[in-house]
Amino acid sequence: MLLAKVLGNVVATQKNHRYENARVMLCETINPEGDSTGTTIIALDSVDAGVGDTVLIVQEGWGASTSATGKAGAAIDTAIIGVVDRIDLS
Amino acid sequence: MQLARVIGTVVATVKNDSLQHRSLLVVQSLNKNLEPQGKPLVAVDSVGAGVGELVFWCRGKEASFPFKREDTPTDCTIVGIVDSEKHVTSV
Repeated sequence: MLLAKVLGNVVATQKNHRYENARVMLCETINPEGDSTGTTIIALDSVDAGVGDTVLIVQEGWGASTSATGKAGAAIDTAIIGVVDRIDLS
Repeated sequence: MQLARVIGTVVATVKNDSLQHRSLLVVQSLNKNLEPQGKPLVAVDSVGAGVGELVFWCRGKEASFPFKREDTPTDCTIVGIVDSEKHVTSV
């Protein structure tokens, strides 16, 4: 899974029907220290994440589709599946 | 998924049967400032996107799920058209 920060969202009226009612979020990957690693990705939200939140992102189709839409088999490869409270590094 | 701009089209007469009548588009992925990120890719279109449009695309096996034939050989499919640049909000 990836660590990322939620930057904002994306509005698309014309989209695959399995994306209906989904929140399409714009995220930027970060390292465990919280610094941006420079890649912007789009993820469907399944946990009511908000802008500025540090989140856990799964980049695997079955898990992403099931968590974001309740069913597997959608054209979804990335989903936010957790909001990170803190990261402790030793 | 990634944001991208459609920057071109690809014509391929000889291709896998399940790609017949599918539109192949060249997409350049974008970062949060809508600047290019990474190399351009060829994507199969599933939503009627055209050159110049802002879209998002899906990678991996899931890229074949919009099509009736799930054996459609694609690892990059356009699954949404962003309404406008103003509809990409970030802080």
